[in-house]
Amino acid sequence: MINKKVNNVQEALQGIENGMTIMLGGFGLCGIPENSIAELVNKETTNLTCISNNAGVDDFGLGLLLQKRQIKKMISSYVGENAEFERQMLSGELEVDLIPQGTLAERCRAAQAGIPAFFTPAGYGTEVAEGKEVREFNGKMHVMEHAFNADFAIVKAWKGDEAGNLVFKGTARNFNPCMAGAAKITIAEVEELLPAGSLDPNEIHIPGILVNRIFQGVKYEKRIEQRTVRAKN
Amino acid sequence: MALDKNQIAKRIAKELKHNYYVNLGIGIPTLVANYIPEGIDVEFQSENGILGMGPFPFEGDEDADLINAGKQTITTLPGASFFDSAFSFGMIRGQHVDLTILGAMEVAENGDIANWKIPGKMVKGMGGAMDLVASAENIIVAMMHVNKAGESKILKKCTLPLTGVGCVKKVVTELAVLEITPQGFKLLERAPGVTVEHIIASTEADLIIEGEIPEMVID
Repeated sequence: MINKKVNNVQEALQGIENGMTIMLGGFGLCGIPENSIAELVNKETTNLTCISNNAGVDDFGLGLLLQKRQIKKMISSYVGENAEFERQMLSGELEVDLIPQGTLAERCRAAQAGIPAFFTPAGYGTEVAEGKEVREFNGKMHVMEHAFNADFAIVKAWKGDEAGNLVFKGTARNFNPCMAGAAKITIAEVEELLPAGSLDPNEIHIPGILVNRIFQGVKYEKRIEQRTVRAKN
Repeated sequence: MALDKNQIAKRIAKELKHNYYVNLGIGIPTLVANYIPEGIDVEFQSENGILGMGPFPFEGDEDADLINAGKQTITTLPGASFFDSAFSFGMIRGQHVDLTILGAMEVAENGDIANWKIPGKMVKGMGGAMDLVASAENIIVAMMHVNKAGESKILKKCTLPLTGVGCVKKVVTELAVLEITPQGFKLLERAPGVTVEHIIASTEADLIIEGEIPEMVID
């Protein structure tokens, strides 16, 4: 067994420097690496380029880094829930690259899987395709998109083991499996870190080969963005 | 009488067919799940990574790890499955999802759709909409026929930045059901009590009108 365990978030985030490009898993506030985001705020790392589907809300998730002006550029598909984000974007303080969600996911997966570029129909004929190579396949137009090139990927899983194997829960899976192994170094934070051999190999979603460092997070808030319920009769 | 949002959703629900996998966008499309016709089995896909999405949870049963693409807490139904975002868009791009229902700010007579950006005003992002409209074979748009200023959103040509080109097949608004044909918008149905003249006056694009236009059946 190759042991990927590190003792805490400080150790896990070693080497993250100003100006780096970081992928962060999560969809909205679901499945975000809460401990690592908090530590990035503590470390005061700045000029970051963040690849993440969303930008958190004003006071949670990546919103915490935005508040402290630690992010130079966001690469996301949807950023609607964050007033501070909107303010920084409209004032030009924050660079923003909005890309289709499936393209965002596939650019992660391509980086993970060693595919330098691919063609997708998403965005053809829109401003997303401007300046990009387009090509017809099977009578349909496609846009060429490139794999991401990131320094760190930070993912959040439900359970993990010391070998770096990961298991996700519910829709907290989202971008996390796509980002594991998609950067030079992958950090996984998990709610429960188990000894190797504790997880059934049949049920592992992401094998440890894609994870460089794993640690057990603490005090997960797991905030709900839109609490929708129905009444019990 | 123009339809309200729930009635638009009810009318769109009649387009659901047995054994369809359906992706519902945010807003009016989400309401379609409340009006599945009796005797029809459908499964809802949400692009954040779930098939077999169920209704909102009972109070106290909310799970932060279980949401839809609108970030609302949801439940699963028997047969449900979870998957990652790349896989999710793989099934969308691979045309395994039978029907996509989404909202729009503008639709044009050639099937173009705009729904993600108002330059200088609102830039929330396209989310999964560009992937969905570029790949889905069957796209129905749920939208309001006119904006708050009374201006038509059913146009000869979109004025806002596009989400996709030549992709919309059908539009259901508070006033009408429109089909997009190679010749342009064809008026299929009108809202109960709404006249054809009213629809023509509310539509910037030309309408193909053949014979008597029936009223929508909303029960």
